Amino acid sequence: MTATAEQPASTAIGTEPVLSVRDLVKHFPITSRGVIRRKIGDIHAVCGVSFDLYPRETLGLVGESGCGKSTTGRTVLQLQPATSGSVVFQGQELTDKSSKQMRSVRRDLQIVFQDPYASLNPRMTVNDIVAEPLRIHGLHDKHSGDKMRELFRLVGLNPEHGNRYPHEFSGGQRQRIGIARALALEPKALILDEPVSALDVSIQAGVVNLLEELQDRLGLAYLFIAHDLSVVRHIADRVAVMYLGKIVELADRPELFDRPAHPYTQALMSAIPIPDPVKERERRRIVIRGDVPSPASPPSGCRFRTRCPKFANQLSEGERERCVEEEPALIERGQGHPAACHYAAVEKVL
Amino acid sequence: MSRPLTSATADAHGGTAAPAAATAVGHEAGGDAVLRVTDLTVDFPTDDGVVHAVRGVSYALSPREVLGIVGESGSGKSVTSLAIIGLLPKTARITGSVRFRGEELIGLPDKDMRKVRGEQIAMIFQDPMTSLNPVYPIGWQIAEGIRAHHRDVSRAAARSRAVDLLALVGIPHPKERAANYPHEFSGGMRQRVVIALAMANDPDVIIADEPTTALDVTVQAQILETLQKAQQETSAAIVLITHDLGVVAGVADRVLVMYAGKPVELGSVDDVYYRPRMPYSIGLLGSLPRLDAVDQDRLTPIAGAPPSLINLPPGCPFSPRCPLRQGVCDDEEPALRQTDGQAHYAACHFSHTLESEDGVPEGLFSATSADFSGPIAIMPPTGAVAPTEGPQS
Repeated sequence: MTATAEQPASTAIGTEPVLSVRDLVKHFPITSRGVIRRKIGDIHAVCGVSFDLYPRETLGLVGESGCGKSTTGRTVLQLQPATSGSVVFQGQELTDKSSKQMRSVRRDLQIVFQDPYASLNPRMTVNDIVAEPLRIHGLHDKHSGDKMRELFRLVGLNPEHGNRYPHEFSGGQRQRIGIARALALEPKALILDEPVSALDVSIQAGVVNLLEELQDRLGLAYLFIAHDLSVVRHIADRVAVMYLGKIVELADRPELFDRPAHPYTQALMSAIPIPDPVKERERRRIVIRGDVPSPASPPSGCRFRTRCPKFANQLSEGERERCVEEEPALIERGQGHPAACHYAAVEKVL
Repeated sequence: MSRPLTSATADAHGGTAAPAAATAVGHEAGGDAVLRVTDLTVDFPTDDGVVHAVRGVSYALSPREVLGIVGESGSGKSVTSLAIIGLLPKTARITGSVRFRGEELIGLPDKDMRKVRGEQIAMIFQDPMTSLNPVYPIGWQIAEGIRAHHRDVSRAAARSRAVDLLALVGIPHPKERAANYPHEFSGGMRQRVVIALAMANDPDVIIADEPTTALDVTVQAQILETLQKAQQETSAAIVLITHDLGVVAGVADRVLVMYAGKPVELGSVDDVYYRPRMPYSIGLLGSLPRLDAVDQDRLTPIAGAPPSLINLPPGCPFSPRCPLRQGVCDDEEPALRQTDGQAHYAACHFSHTLESEDGVPEGLFSATSADFSGPIAIMPPTGAVAPTEGPQS
């Protein structure tokens, strides 16, 4: 990994991805009420998601609530079994591993959760919380105290506070504790599931900076799951935009933000307010109507067509038929990067 | 608490040189303000001590104006609004004055307050799931809101007005949907219903407390559009409370920045965003990752955390986190004083040093990732030292 680490990951052809996800599908059963609880349908949470994560790279996975981004993260880590598809981490297939076998994999693949209040055990001191991964993996010994202090410094916390309990820390500090715990086993890759969305902005900035520094110093790969495109623009090298269980657009960061090709990406970007009064007043908004359809019965063909401004305003009757009948594949259509739209066209939004 | 506060506000009055000293802070509305808040304080006695949630808020709201109130969690922005419409629990101790068209609302018996609430001042809450009654159809709830204030309106008329309102806020098939219950709507649709409820009695003031925080961004854009439509329709003034500086930039005319229960900056959106004169506002703007930034280098967080509102030390509550901090900051709490602009106020002893700068002063906050300022330098410059080498200085 170190040999190839100097190259920018996104363009490094020939670099082996640390994590390779192919056609990942996760369905949750819907059961009937009553005693028997027959299965009456499926929530299509993740439907055929594929991506690669390279060493030292941050891949942003963005989308609105219910689009399946968190489920993707959890299924990659096998915290939930995948319905189908393949997850290859450092050359090993994870989907057919037992939970015991997964344990050794998780030394190299860790997760940081969104809610720093729910993810730390309130009855353990933070020293014990951060040391727990070491205990689980049988690495806890008399030198662990030094290791704890080092980890605390690494995430910008005072090592003297190790004997305190989670409630004695602020939200930002708790998230740092969660990050220290994830780093305790010196993983190669981190899944960051909305790591800063529960924090106030002035605190959030510190945690974002910390994540960037840790990546530079420890050579980590991040799968950064977020709903906030502004944070993703700041931290990610490549960005995958998800909608209703599918990736609709995947591109390098500058490419995606300068030349978004999928109507959903364009609408999402134009909906995000910019803290600049003049720019904000002059901006043209692409307002999309309605709400996300239920993932229990996603629309046929293109899943975004029910809300798509292009479908509603620009396409002819014949063109629309294709959106209804044929599902657009995530391929390049001359925009320089893949977008899952039959009629993908670059439009500058920002 | 009252001692530094009264002296602080007295200072501010001197600065504005307004004859009506009692209400001079930060308003341009003159005599025709619809809502005038003066020296509002709210204390909550708790087992651990008295929480000074709001420590002297004053503003005046002109008709049709949109005032954005921004601040982080715990800055007192929501409590201020709840105090205005009298929805705080009885344990809360409220002082100061809130005048709606000249009528004092603080201390008003609940019976009289009910006439103001909903009819003259309407409120939109953050969570549309909990602000609607789950066991009544939404049309019924809107009609009830109308008939609560206008007994002379017939049930049928109220119901048809409810349908009109639902159509206005963009609910498709309003006539049929009026018979639906809240759980049959999505979050965005529910918030539209709440906006329709707020508009029902043509209020003069709508207080929207984080109306879009629980919603996705694409839905947020729809709701903000609806809110602006509601304003045009009712000509109400809006107090928009949010932590999102982007939302305020697009919608508000003026901004009030709150920190630790007090306003620390007040001015037009352009003044506050382009010429901030209080280090906290500067820090807040600098810590935002921006969608329109091509290559933002490092974010500049504000070190530390907001103070506890139980035992506030004397002096400026922001001083422990402030890069401009000097001796005077720990001794005396700065008043909200007029700064360079006519209607631009900032609460900082050193805002004059920021005045010469055009635009947002840079380099005030450092792009650190640390969270405590202890004796240990936590992060040497990127890539310089391996983590195993321990403390550096």
